Amino acid sequence: MEQVQHRKHPNYLAVFLGLAILTAFELGIAFLPWSKRTIVLLLIGLAVWKALLVGLYFMHLKFESNRIRILAVAPLPLAVILVVAVMTEWIW
Amino acid sequence: MAHAAVMHPPAEAQVGSGVYNEKLGMWVFLGSEVMFFTALIGSYIILRFAHPEAWQAPGEVLAIPITAVNTFLLICSSVTMVKAFAAAQDGNQKALPLWLLATVIIGATFVGIQAYEYSELIHHGFVPSEGLYGSTFYIMTGFHGFHVSMGVLCLIFVTWKAFRGKYTVADHRGVEVVGLYWHFVDLVWIILFTIVYLI
Repeated sequence: MEQVQHRKHPNYLAVFLGLAILTAFELGIAFLPWSKRTIVLLLIGLAVWKALLVGLYFMHLKFESNRIRILAVAPLPLAVILVVAVMTEWIW
Repeated sequence: MAHAAVMHPPAEAQVGSGVYNEKLGMWVFLGSEVMFFTALIGSYIILRFAHPEAWQAPGEVLAIPITAVNTFLLICSSVTMVKAFAAAQDGNQKALPLWLLATVIIGATFVGIQAYEYSELIHHGFVPSEGLYGSTFYIMTGFHGFHVSMGVLCLIFVTWKAFRGKYTVADHRGVEVVGLYWHFVDLVWIILFTIVYLI
């Protein structure tokens, strides 16, 4: 039977609580009587924050080599270019 | 650095990439998945800007309470998945399969709740052919649900191997690679839940 080695792991529970709390915030903000633009910006900000928590701690990007981080981030500029290019299609 | 000790490599890293092949392959695959969901989400954003009148206010058509529960479930499954990976790193052969089994059960529950949500929506006349709202909703959440289903199948296989003690401290690549996919699926849902249900 393999000897269990108790290493130090990131505090996954704290990340979980953070995700749960941010989701609760989102649900609260979505129905506030504020301007649509404010609500949308807040919600997208919270969603990006949650996505970063999952990427950095659960997908371990915080502890990976730069090569893997670059590989993980590389598609994002392409994604932005795709959306912006099509949204501004009427200019072309 | 303390955390460097945490990341005990589950297998021999390849020269050049610095990671083992399966992990490199998964990250490249996830890069292509980012582009796949970007195409869907990008189209959704563009259509919604062009025809805002085709959409209803949050909560009027789509059931937010049940999908909030589903979101919470998927977050929970990410935690059980990462706890499974930690158990694999520690060589904890007892905890590993149990955490994986919990991930399978929660993931399957997510798919079940989504199927129930679809049946309710279709029952109330919100169908893909309803218009821009219906078609974008079912395309995005449908493809995500398909990804979750495939993830559950992969997790069942990995869980079966874990129960047979196939993963060790020196080699637990299967756990890490399927974990990366699972967390990515959770990450996509975090974005989808916000832009489809709450905005």
